Amino acid sequence: MKNLIHIIKNEWRTLLRGKWVIGYALIFLVLAESLLRFGGGGSETLLSLSSVMLLFVPLVSMIYGILYIYQSREFIELLLIQPVNRGVLYWGLFLGISTPLMAAFMVGTALPLAWHGILGVGAAESMLVLLLGGVLTLIFASLGFVLGLLFYEDRIKGFGFTIVIWLFLAVLYDGIVLMLIFSFGHYPLERFVIVVSMLNPIDLARIMVMLEFDISALMGYTGAVFRRFFGTAAGSLTAAGMLTLWLAAPMWWGLRVFKRKDF
Amino acid sequence: MKNLSILHYALKLSLLLIFIPASPQTLFSQIIVSETGSITFIQEAVDLAAPGDTIEVESGTYKEWNIEIRKPLTLIGIDRPLVDGEGEGTIFSIHADDVTLKGFDIRRTGRSYVRDYAAILIVESTRFLIEDNRLDDVFFGIYLAETTGGVVRSNRIEAYDLREASSGNGIHLWNSKEATIEGNFITGMRDGIYVEFGEGMKINGNTSEANNRYGLHYMFSDGGIYQRNTFRKNGAGVAVMYSENVDMSHNLFEHNWGTSSYGLLLKDIRNSTIEYNRFYRNTIAIYSESSSNVMIRRNDLELNGWAVNIKSSSARNHFEENNFIENSFDVRTDSPRNNNHFERNYWSAYEGYDLDRDGIGDVPYRPVTLFSMVTERSPESLILMRSMFVRILNTAERIAPVLTPKTLVDEKPKMTRIQ
Repeated sequence: MKNLIHIIKNEWRTLLRGKWVIGYALIFLVLAESLLRFGGGGSETLLSLSSVMLLFVPLVSMIYGILYIYQSREFIELLLIQPVNRGVLYWGLFLGISTPLMAAFMVGTALPLAWHGILGVGAAESMLVLLLGGVLTLIFASLGFVLGLLFYEDRIKGFGFTIVIWLFLAVLYDGIVLMLIFSFGHYPLERFVIVVSMLNPIDLARIMVMLEFDISALMGYTGAVFRRFFGTAAGSLTAAGMLTLWLAAPMWWGLRVFKRKDF
Repeated sequence: MKNLSILHYALKLSLLLIFIPASPQTLFSQIIVSETGSITFIQEAVDLAAPGDTIEVESGTYKEWNIEIRKPLTLIGIDRPLVDGEGEGTIFSIHADDVTLKGFDIRRTGRSYVRDYAAILIVESTRFLIEDNRLDDVFFGIYLAETTGGVVRSNRIEAYDLREASSGNGIHLWNSKEATIEGNFITGMRDGIYVEFGEGMKINGNTSEANNRYGLHYMFSDGGIYQRNTFRKNGAGVAVMYSENVDMSHNLFEHNWGTSSYGLLLKDIRNSTIEYNRFYRNTIAIYSESSSNVMIRRNDLELNGWAVNIKSSSARNHFEENNFIENSFDVRTDSPRNNNHFERNYWSAYEGYDLDRDGIGDVPYRPVTLFSMVTERSPESLILMRSMFVRILNTAERIAPVLTPKTLVDEKPKMTRIQ
């Protein structure tokens, strides 16, 4: 435990020295501020903000995760020589870089929301957007870690997969869903669509934001079905559980690879 | 000689004065109804009164229903007397011209699936005035049948039945002409204001909210005006159907939110104008079916699900100088053909530029997105709303339209919001 905290602290210090994370926070700060200023300042600005979040947070987190592995190869190998448990080392490194990234997003977005008074008016919506952004950061940073460890030697391949995975989850996946909806339009698809959208963390986050903004009323009968599912305690729990699963799976995978890897 | 003529005139004048009554009160008598006086029932006073008399009802509770008025009378409630129908039937039933009913609290009419019991029923009358009454827990509120003219002003109508089938309308006008309905507040009824086979109605400054079905239900009524009304949180919004020359302006349609709710539903409306209204947070702000020659101008449509849902059966409607702000979808239609005209509107989703700085965007705006066409075909796809893929699709379609209506385009989109 002491070792873990020590590693995390060390990572934080290095990150802050690099100023990179501060820049990341500033980007979200400027973005949120300008959206609030030019977008009318209503709680609807949160919708635009969440769209940006859903697009960029996964990409940045994943690239950051993989980049870290590639950049600190020597450092990691040096640490591996020390008498430290590999599991502790993995968690130390992962939490050390992902938590500042998460904090950067949350603080950068929350500050303008706070001084425009939206944190008070739309507390639930704001918290949801911030929280989902945080969770997505963790999920995709760990995915980046996994890819970095899997393609430890072949960086081009590693980066290639990162981009492809992001493109697939953020853009193409929805295309496939749309195609399926169109091809099987004669069948009752609500359940199927719910299951499919649960499989993609970005979609899941997007739908959770959408339902919070009560767009479900637009969807007529279908909306009622979605609303009944995501709106109930069981539905929310399932959605939250699915996100947790998404959070746990890549972390666990990364840990496995890290423990068994012959560096 | 001169003095004599003055005297003569003075005499004539004094004679005249004797024969002119000092004031109308001396001609028409006044009857007082009170709980403790000699007349304790309103019906009794009505029977005693001569045409044109005034009946003053003092404060108290009067358990009466089916009070029939068949002569011109003025009924005035002093300090809000309460007339309690005890759930038995219609309470005031007016069948004469020149009747005024003012300052009453009226409660508990009968309820029936067969008969339309009302708090105030007015049949075949003219020049009536129904003012400043408070109707509570009633089946139908104020029911006008085959009347001409007349004023219904500043009444408050409220009921608590949440089922559409077993609740009545707040102000119900059937086959009435030129009635003025103004400044009333109606809530919890089936339809707030219901107009059928009317002519030349003036419906101004009313508030109709949280009614089970429509805030205003307006059918087969030509040449009406409704202005400065507020329609809020009604089950299905406002419906205007099968009418001509209707003037709808300066109204507020807001929070009509639900799976089958509209701000304003237009069906078979011709030659009408919809101006300076505000539509805020409705599932569908304006829904139009088979309407033609309607001028929709200078309205604010803000934060609605669909700002306009126009069926292809609608033609030659003009949308000019409206503000479309942050709606989930600006325009939805069901066909690639379009016979309606959009010009000089402000669209908050417009991404064009204005190089010559004349306030009008240099690139035309296409308000129908590909995604809105897709959702028209398979509603399940709405789950993909605001996703990146949908955005890319919309942009591609906007650049080279294939599926969206080619002619549904605003050639002169405004760059800034129209004040």
